Amino acid sequence: MIATIIQRAVMQGTPLLFGSTGEILTEKSGHLNLGIPGIMYVGAISGVAGAFLYEHGVGANMNPFLAVLIPLLCSLLASTLMGLIYCFLTVTLRANQNVTGLALTTFGIGIGNFFGGSLIKLVDMDVPSISLSATSTIFKTQLPFADKLGWFGTIFLSHGFLVYVAIIVALISSYVLNKTRTGLHLRAVGESPETADAVGINVTKYKYLSTCIGSAIAGLGGLYYVMDYANGVWSNNGFGDRGWLSIALVIFSIWRPSVSILGSILFGFLYVIPTYIPDITVSTKKLFEMLPYIVTILVLVITSIRDKKENQPPAALGLHYFREER
Amino acid sequence: MKQNIALELKNITKTFGSVVANKNVSLQVRKGEILSILGENGSGKTTLMNMVSGIYYPDSGQMLIDGQEVSISSPKDAFRYKIGMIHQHFKLVDVFSAAENIILGVEEEKKFDMPQYIERIKEITDQYGFELDPYKKIYEMSVSEKQTVEIIKVLFRGADILILDEPTAVLTPQETTKLFKVLRNMRESGKAIIIITHKLHEVLSLSDNVAVLRKGEYIGTVKTSETNETELTEMMVGKKISLNIERSMPKNTCDRLVVDKISCINREGVKLLDNVSFHVRAGEILGVAGIAGSGQRELLEAIAGLQHLTAGRITYIDPKTNQEEDLRDKTPLEIRQMGVRLAFVPEDRLGMGLVGNMDIVDNMMLRSYKKGKSVFLQRKTPKTLAEEVIERLEVATPSVNTPVRRLSGGNVQKILVGREIASAPTVLMAAYPARGLDINSSYTIYNLLNEQKEQGVAVIFVGEDLDVLIELCDRILVIGSGKIAGIVDGRNITKEEIGLLMTKSSEENGEKEVAEDGKTE
Repeated sequence: MIATIIQRAVMQGTPLLFGSTGEILTEKSGHLNLGIPGIMYVGAISGVAGAFLYEHGVGANMNPFLAVLIPLLCSLLASTLMGLIYCFLTVTLRANQNVTGLALTTFGIGIGNFFGGSLIKLVDMDVPSISLSATSTIFKTQLPFADKLGWFGTIFLSHGFLVYVAIIVALISSYVLNKTRTGLHLRAVGESPETADAVGINVTKYKYLSTCIGSAIAGLGGLYYVMDYANGVWSNNGFGDRGWLSIALVIFSIWRPSVSILGSILFGFLYVIPTYIPDITVSTKKLFEMLPYIVTILVLVITSIRDKKENQPPAALGLHYFREER
Repeated sequence: MKQNIALELKNITKTFGSVVANKNVSLQVRKGEILSILGENGSGKTTLMNMVSGIYYPDSGQMLIDGQEVSISSPKDAFRYKIGMIHQHFKLVDVFSAAENIILGVEEEKKFDMPQYIERIKEITDQYGFELDPYKKIYEMSVSEKQTVEIIKVLFRGADILILDEPTAVLTPQETTKLFKVLRNMRESGKAIIIITHKLHEVLSLSDNVAVLRKGEYIGTVKTSETNETELTEMMVGKKISLNIERSMPKNTCDRLVVDKISCINREGVKLLDNVSFHVRAGEILGVAGIAGSGQRELLEAIAGLQHLTAGRITYIDPKTNQEEDLRDKTPLEIRQMGVRLAFVPEDRLGMGLVGNMDIVDNMMLRSYKKGKSVFLQRKTPKTLAEEVIERLEVATPSVNTPVRRLSGGNVQKILVGREIASAPTVLMAAYPARGLDINSSYTIYNLLNEQKEQGVAVIFVGEDLDVLIELCDRILVIGSGKIAGIVDGRNITKEEIGLLMTKSSEENGEKEVAEDGKTE
């Protein structure tokens, strides 16, 4: 029972972990990308589109390797593209980051629903969704011995590969941010772009790279959600508020990808816990859904009270940088 | 002789729109030499050096390094030619440690290896006699420590030509002495050093040669040993000016503020002011001297009603009615209406008092917005006021509608001080009103304070330059670690005696900042 809850929590948490790792990388460069929900949505639908075309193109004799690779590449490409749009607008044209981000979210969800709707029309099903169960089965392939090791297997080995990718990516991000020269430079760009510029760091390059890589990582969260968590079933607006939750998770984990790993599992736990409470009413369930946000607000309050400089958002977050401006 | 020249500029010109910042400037600096670039506010000193360090690109002219013509179009190019600039406003990342800031942007083939970098930083600090803890975070540092980080930052990159922009503007006399010692050490080891300054006594005591700029034009270079203060001032300003503050004897003095045993603590519970008592008299300038951060700011804020006091009282004696009122019960707004004015010039000039994106008129209005009678703004009165301030204080601005952040630092300061004085105060508190200003503007401000004093205003002046304090103030209050170390007569005291009081009071307290000062032999 407990093992199952943890397993579900990890599954719930993984899209959030992808989203928040991506957003942390972006925010460390001083850009508040509120387009993350849209980007994750696009990451999901482009993966679905890729898998759909492949699955329907080759029929029964699918190559498992290609079945994973095609959706993965589609997803990465599409979300990187979204990141590029965001960068072009906010870094090069210096548009307002919040407005651009929100626009991108609306845009991304629009794209997702448009293409999702089109694909649903193509298959002409009774229910308004697409099922890619064959691809999903490959995405969900468990590690060996998952069934044989009891609770240990359930918690640690029963997941599709993207869960492990999410954790590894978060750990790598954490390492890069804190232990490498690249990370030091990236943090400097987000804290004080004029300082970084003055010592010869290419501010624009770092902003572009971190935002695009961040977007690509966030997009994987969308892909994981459809292919693994939702068993390959796409339905419009099924992704819900996970995008916003990832941004809340960024604040919760005080801009640390390593903390984000545990945070995502906690958020996932808060998300799934109502389903394990017997006789729960719909309204109570909605109350439970508020929990992650309340926890985030608590963290904000606590970090503000403690007022430790290291726990604050990057100092130049949300500000655009222009060298010759005073 | 020729090959000794580290950096040479030939006919450099730079314009911003229609404003000519530098016109045909030519100068040279040799290895093992300290060159001062002297000039008034807005004379283009910083712009010129920004071109050398790659922040701006000149419109025309040549730059030669070791006799080779070079083109420096980015800070990176400047590093490649071993030029390092220490800006007036430090460019440091607050949440990074000193070492992280120092190695920032250094691209090397070698592996990223923090302990080895720290070793190298230690070598540099030992070689030139710096004091620095490489692990300390910038936000925990004093201004002079930050400056040390900036200097080591450029040395770490192997800079042979160092440019320092107004390095002493925010330092105490002791810190300045320390800095000069380090700079002389660098000169001994063959570095070419350029310092941008407007402080004549520093020019004379430190540099080998002086290049003078006036309104963007190059006036000439003279050997320091063959010149004197008067000659340099003349070159700088273009006319003879008197450098005397005319201090009149206080007339009709009477108590205006009685500060009685006040204390206040900060959020961590550290005492910022400890049992402070003094009188402020109308028609008199009370100077406040002390090491930066000893409680000067809190003292003024307490009077202005911006600090919460844990003990004591501040009594205000109304000049018309002679009634006594306790300022502790009043809101800052009420205190302002009683005629108590605070002009605080922070290290970051735009940080307090002015809104950078608003124009001069709007900034004037910030203080009087409560006076308007209708719903709509009336810009006419503040506009007249703005024009007056601009004319009186010779503020260089394209128009009254220019956003304040576009003005140079000195001009911003004049507007801030001018606005406070224009409101006909009964108590005028000016903290560092001349910080970073050139001679001419500084004296304009000192004379304004004197004028206020003669009109019967009680003036409190917090200053950094002890020479000025002694020349300007009637009484000087010396503060150390939030305690009063002594109140002395400005007419019969020497700089050394004040300096002694400043350090004595800190030693008694034995606090942290003091411990660091104690390390300097």
